[in-house]
Parts: sequence; C-alpha cells; structure tokens
Amino acid sequence: MSAVELKAQALVAGAAVGKVLRLEEPLSFWGGVDPVSGTIIDRRHPRCGESVAGRVLVMPYGRGSSSSSSVLLEGVRLGTAPAAVVLRELDGILALGAAVARELYEQSPPVLLLAPADWEVLPEGAEAAVEVSGRLRIAG
Amino acid sequence: MAAANTPETVELTERDRAMLEGDFGEAAAVAMRILVTMAGVYGAERLLDIEGAHIDGCLYHGDSGVDFAELLVAGGARVSVPTTLNVGGLDLLHPEEFAGTAERRAKALRLMECYEEMGCRTIWTCAPYQTTPRPAFGQQVAWAESNAIVFANSVLGARTHRYGDFIDICAAITGRAPAVGLHLEENRRAQVVFDLRSLPHALRSASWLLPAIGYLVGERCGNRIPVLLGLERVDEDGLKALGAAAASSGAVALFHAVGITPEAPTLEAALGRAEPEEWIEVGVSDLRDGLRSLSTAPGEAEAGAAGSVELAIDVVALGSPHFSPREFAELMPLVERHPPAGGVEFVVCTNRLSLGELERTGKLEQLRAHGVRVVVDTCVVVAPILRTPAGGVLMTNSGKFAHYAPGNVGFDVVFGSLAECVRSAHGGRLWRDPELWP
Repeated sequence: MSAVELKAQALVAGAAVGKVLRLEEPLSFWGGVDPVSGTIIDRRHPRCGESVAGRVLVMPYGRGSSSSSSVLLEGVRLGTAPAAVVLRELDGILALGAAVARELYEQSPPVLLLAPADWEVLPEGAEAAVEVSGRLRIAG
Repeated sequence: MAAANTPETVELTERDRAMLEGDFGEAAAVAMRILVTMAGVYGAERLLDIEGAHIDGCLYHGDSGVDFAELLVAGGARVSVPTTLNVGGLDLLHPEEFAGTAERRAKALRLMECYEEMGCRTIWTCAPYQTTPRPAFGQQVAWAESNAIVFANSVLGARTHRYGDFIDICAAITGRAPAVGLHLEENRRAQVVFDLRSLPHALRSASWLLPAIGYLVGERCGNRIPVLLGLERVDEDGLKALGAAAASSGAVALFHAVGITPEAPTLEAALGRAEPEEWIEVGVSDLRDGLRSLSTAPGEAEAGAAGSVELAIDVVALGSPHFSPREFAELMPLVERHPPAGGVEFVVCTNRLSLGELERTGKLEQLRAHGVRVVVDTCVVVAPILRTPAGGVLMTNSGKFAHYAPGNVGFDVVFGSLAECVRSAHGGRLWRDPELWP
C-alpha cells in the first residue's frame, strides 16, 4: 500500500515514530501490561506476550481497571511505554496517564483519537509517524 | 467522535482560573492544570462542583505514583471535599502479611502516607460503598476504582465519570470535575438490552452466577451502557459482584437492572424512552460461555458440572470487591463444616469495618483457627500477599479476581460458587456442586 496521511485529534499532543501494534480487542493496562518490560500479560488477550514498548499502539479503547493510567505513567518513567496510542473511541484513562506523565516527567506518548473509518485502515507492523498537530503518516 | 473543546475553550470560573494561576498553592495549580487538560480530552464545556471523591491513586504500582503524590504533598495539597481512599499496597494492621521486598513495602507505605497527609479518610477499601456515609442519589462525585465507579453510578444513582488514578485526587483537591459523560443526565441512558427472561428462574436468582452474567455483559457491551432485563432477587453484594465483573471484562461504568437499580424502574425509563442500539437474548449457553471465560485452569471441567474433578487447588481467594459482613455470615458455617485442608492457602480480603465486626463477635478467631487468613486495607491481586508460589491454581467466587489473578499474580484460575470454593479448599482439589444447575 502507498503512504497514507490521516488526521487524528490529539488528545495529548506530541511527536513520535514507531511500528504499529494493532490490537483488535481492548486492553486494560493494569493487569494487562507489565510496566517493567512493556509486555502484554493479560492471558485472555489474543496478543498476550507481545511488547507495547516503543510501538504505535492502535487499539479501540481501554477497558477494565482505572489504574491503567498509573501503569502507563510507570511505563513512561521506565521507558517501556508505547511511542504513541491511537484510539478509535475516546478513552480518558490512558490520556490521563499521558497528561500526568507530561506534568511530572515532561514527556509522554501522544494519545490520538482517530475516526473509526481511518482507524480501521492502520495496518499491523507499518511504520507510523505522529506529528504534534495530530497528523499521522503511515509509510507505504 | 470528535471532542469539540480544547483546554483553551473550556469555560472556567474565576475561582478555577485563580487555582490555575497558583492562588490556592502549587498543588492546586497542578491539579487544575490536569483537570483542564482532561476536560479538553473529554470535550467538556466546563467543570462542575463535586461533593466527594474516592481515590485509587494510593495503591503502589511503581515509583511514578509516589513521585506524583510527593509533588502534590510538597505543593501543600489538601482535599477540599470528603474523600476516601481505596486499597493500598499493604495491610497496615497486619504488616507481617506482606511478602514483598522491604523496598517495595517502604514505597507502598510512603504512598499511603502521602494521601493521608492530603486529608483523605483512610478507609483503605475498594468497596467504599460498604462504609458510611455513601453518596446520595443524583449527587456529583469523582470516584476512581472500576468496581466502585460502577456501584456508585448503578446502585446508588450517584454521578461519576469513569475516572482513573491521578484525576481522582485532582478533583478532590479542587472540588471540581469535567462536566462530561456520566455526570450528565443525558449520557446515562442504556444502549444495550441484555434480556435474561428466557433463563430458568433458578438461574436468574442465583447469586453465584452474577459474576458470570457481569462478565458476559462487559464482554459484549464494551464501553456502552447496558440494561439487564429479568434479573431477580439480587442484593447489594450481588450487584457489587456483577458490576465488578462487568467493569473488568469491559469498560462498564454504569449498568441498569430493571426493577432493581434506581434509574431503571422500567425498561423504557432505563432506555430514556429511546430505542436500544442492540438487544441481546441471554440463554443458558451464554451463561456457560461467561463461566468458561472466567476460568483459565487447563482442563478445567465446565463450571456447574457435577462431582469432583481431578484438579489440585492451591489457593482460595475471596473478597474482590472486599467481603461484606453478610458475605462473612454466609462463609462462616461453610468453613465450619468443611475447613480448608492444611496445604491450601485460604485468604479473604475485607475492610476494617467488617474486620471489627468479626473481632467483636469472636468470628475472626474461629476463622483463623480454621486456617483462614483475613487481610484488610489491600488485596491479593494488587500486593504480594499470597505465600504460595505463582504457577498453581487459584479458586475464587469473584469475577474480578478471576479476571486479574492470572496476569497480576501468575495463577491459573477456577471460578466457582462460594460453597464450591470452600469444599475445594477442604479437599485440596476442585469440587463441583451438582445442585447448581436446575
């Protein structure tokens, strides 16, 4: 596929690059991601065992625990957080973790909200670049 | 989907602005900055006043949580509304229950102290609704802890959005929250109907099944608002178990149950007199699916199957959300008849109020004599409490434990009724109650 440019809404703005990790099923970071390694540890999740560290994490929305913001923040501190998070539906809890990371450590993964039709076309494994404006470039 | 407002366009009062500018201290400025950012994220037009908060951020997940709390404490943070605390990382009354490193223990303790210093009430429970005072119907609050959120909204009819760690304390310090989501009447109507009416009556009123019903509701409705039709004879402990399971498998922050929860006197009222987006008929096979997804143990026989199964049980863990006095009353005679075997670790998590009642009535001593450990202030999936090495099989009647134990503490899980848990602990291997299915 050729290069694609999408316009997302930056819930928490920032620039980042990384490979897309596309989760079709929502993931709770608390109980679902080990902040020390960045590995998905929810055994019921189809992508259990894979790492979110440095990836452009594409998922529909978060689920479960309200401590997911803590796990994302801890991931930022330890350098295991995703490079960016691209959501299909508004999820305040991950955006919150990112907003607090910015306040506390002056860095955070951007969190984007993408229209469902655009969200569907983000391919697994593609190189993606997020711009501060919320623009998302996918390499072809 | 687009949230229309940005932090720049959120309408702030004079007091909000004064807080932002530091007139109420550095901590209030940090808190207000985060609130305004989040108001922008949620697309809120303004902030609203809240009358209470419940804080999940006091549980240790790593040093970043301590960094944040220390930043607030150093900035002179004080909560401005009545605020309660969720579980912490250790049992302050029984510190010997902590099996983690001294360093982790010290940090978990420091984090708990920080929140105490900010003026929060140290009830240390994930079930704050089992203590008093509780939020009133229609009252605006800011609660975190997924099971507490869903209980406050659904059972009490209080109004909180699905908040996470950190914004909870920001709301408590400022007394404000984004005017968005479940705070607003128009966003509280049900979207998905779960119709249980074709199930046999015995299953519709079976309290042990409520976590399985909640689990399948959470899986199928995701982040939409469900209404359950046909649920029978369910008490607050049952609603607590159902909500906690739904908030684990899904992003459920509010459910309605027709004839049971306060915003659902009728199906039409729960739906806000609109058409549902989806109507899901729940049959016996769906319940079995829900039960199956609650267990991960290899070769686990179907829940509800009869007789004994060759599966060794290493741990029985109860009390997520925290066990209530009524649940202890139900547990007591079961444990007396079938005390746990020596090799099985049996832990019940609860709050100090329930513990006090157990102490007064002499039941705590009896439970301990039978080898039952009662843990307060924390729980087994959030803190290193279990003594059994990971890798074994943990049995529980809690949908929330069943969901989180594999990832958080490395046990396979088997879900069962309270009686099944007790009998399995007694025999050291899985016991299924043949009477559970009609």
